[in-house]
Amino acid sequence: MPSPTVLDTPARRYRMIRLIRGFELRALGLVESGEIVGGIHPYIGQEAVAVGICAALGPADLITSTHRGHGHVLAKGSDPARMLAELAGRATGLNQGRGGSMHAADVGLGILGANGIVGASAPISVGAAWAAQRNGTGQVVATFFGDGALNQGVLLEAMNLAALWHLPVLFVCENNGYATTMPTRGAVAGTVLGRAQAFGIPAVQVDGMDVDAVLAAAGVAVDRARSGGGPGFLECLTYRFEGHHTVEKQVRVDYRTEAEIDEWRRRDPLDLAATHVSAEERESIDAEVEALLSDAVDFALSSPHPDPGGALDHLYASGLRGRAGWSA
Amino acid sequence: MRKLSYAKALNMALGDELADDPSVCVFGEDIVAGMAQLTLGLHKRFGSDRIVDTPLSEQGFAGMAIGAALSGKRPVIEFQIPSLLFLVFDQIANQAHKLSLMTGGQLSVPVTYVVPSSGSREGWAGQHSDHPYSLLAHVGVKTVVPALPSDAYGLLRSAIQDPDPTVVFAPAAVMNSREALNIKELAPVPLGAARIHRPGTDVTVVALGHPVEDALAVADELAGEVSVEVFDPRTVYPFDWDALHTSVARTRRLVVVDDSNRMCGFAGEIIAGAAEALPLVAPPQRVTRPDGAVLPFARQLDQAVQPQRGDLMSAVRKVMA
Repeated sequence: MPSPTVLDTPARRYRMIRLIRGFELRALGLVESGEIVGGIHPYIGQEAVAVGICAALGPADLITSTHRGHGHVLAKGSDPARMLAELAGRATGLNQGRGGSMHAADVGLGILGANGIVGASAPISVGAAWAAQRNGTGQVVATFFGDGALNQGVLLEAMNLAALWHLPVLFVCENNGYATTMPTRGAVAGTVLGRAQAFGIPAVQVDGMDVDAVLAAAGVAVDRARSGGGPGFLECLTYRFEGHHTVEKQVRVDYRTEAEIDEWRRRDPLDLAATHVSAEERESIDAEVEALLSDAVDFALSSPHPDPGGALDHLYASGLRGRAGWSA
Repeated sequence: MRKLSYAKALNMALGDELADDPSVCVFGEDIVAGMAQLTLGLHKRFGSDRIVDTPLSEQGFAGMAIGAALSGKRPVIEFQIPSLLFLVFDQIANQAHKLSLMTGGQLSVPVTYVVPSSGSREGWAGQHSDHPYSLLAHVGVKTVVPALPSDAYGLLRSAIQDPDPTVVFAPAAVMNSREALNIKELAPVPLGAARIHRPGTDVTVVALGHPVEDALAVADELAGEVSVEVFDPRTVYPFDWDALHTSVARTRRLVVVDDSNRMCGFAGEIIAGAAEALPLVAPPQRVTRPDGAVLPFARQLDQAVQPQRGDLMSAVRKVMA
């Protein structure tokens, strides 16, 4: 089995897309059964973006993620079992059950955390890139965000700072067509690429359903950033096959047509990636991934719940403890 | 002995931290020139890699400081205006403060936010005169408000050395005040440790920041009739409850002077914390800005909503009545 962080062949990239897809399907099941409380923002349909970007990064490179972040975290190499345990709020989770779906972090793998506030990760990435530049580490920082973040001032501030100081940042816009229910065309004046170009940042639009296309474009931008050429911007055209959030099914919102969803499903990134892998190899990968995920579910659900007595552990790195809410 | 100004004490503390720890860096507006005095002369000593002038993008560079902190730096951010804290509330309260807990302790964010001129600057009106230390303490961010130059030096150093986000409010009213001291005796002051400026036996007056001077003046003036203990917490959060309880257990009377808004404010919390723990012989009093105050421009109006020395005097007399 290849190291989870190496995505250097079509088979390995297919495997990672397959892993994320399978992970999300199982997570959806666990939301349904009540094992995951609060629901998730499923990444299904967008897997080629995370995998293509992370395939262009090295193990020491950094990423920041979003509320729809499971794919990013897995593609950067996180253990699906500990990730699923985090979603299920278990003590063995990546964040010891303190973060959940929207805040998964795995710092040892360069994952500085997913963020529940749209656009908020972008300046954090810029700061990490500034430190990397000052320290001469050669690291590149990829920051994922959706089309919704294009209208957050803080993203534009971050792009300006990154361009001004030639920082090694890759801005990855996953344009899935909707900011929750708001279509991109109803929210973004001008063009997506134009926003980056206004700061002099080289910007490319890419087919976000095609992992190899994402990898090719990301590779150019990452190489340029690493060699001191400053930030890059990719607009990855993609689509989420599921709702914005699992709560969407209960609310029965109506903002996109079945025909539109079907059209995008015909360009499923999993199917596209599969065309580069022999049927025989696929079969073996599928079986390996299923076994891995099955073990991940077992691990998550058999893991202990966190001790309520430690609910505010880690609130302060200094170990400070504030007063309790009540003590008799 | 030398007369050290509050502004110079902050400047020396920052310079000493930059000299002692190569990971310390500073982001802010006009800091190369040293417009707010905090960074005067530091660009010349430490260069552009460590003293970084930023565009007017407060949210951008406040977020950037978090990322730099996660990558081993120890950033200090200067905000020229206290109200800029409202603009970056997401970056401080929702990001920097929460990352350690949310990541199960994988991340820590040692960023220090300094406001070198908080509170009223007389004539700067509504959007430049806030004193929102209670707000930061409410969300759990470590918050200090030094009253004297020696504490400004010591608390800024400790704030920068602390592994968590910390806000340092330097009241505009004391930025130019001076203290006679031996420079060699300047040292870090631990966060969360109160200081009693003047011991007394009848009433504990808790004063924070520039009202400490008023509290000392009132104590002097009342010296013949009331023995006032002037208690300066120095740190809003974490608050030194042990020291307060010790003081109030002795005096059993409490007055708090607090240059911020009354509702859900610092003074209310201190009174509640004391009253929960100890029997008081008189209802405690607080002297604050009014509920929801916005400082009006004209001098008479500005002063009308800030706690005044005379109000404090009346409050002390009231708990003694």
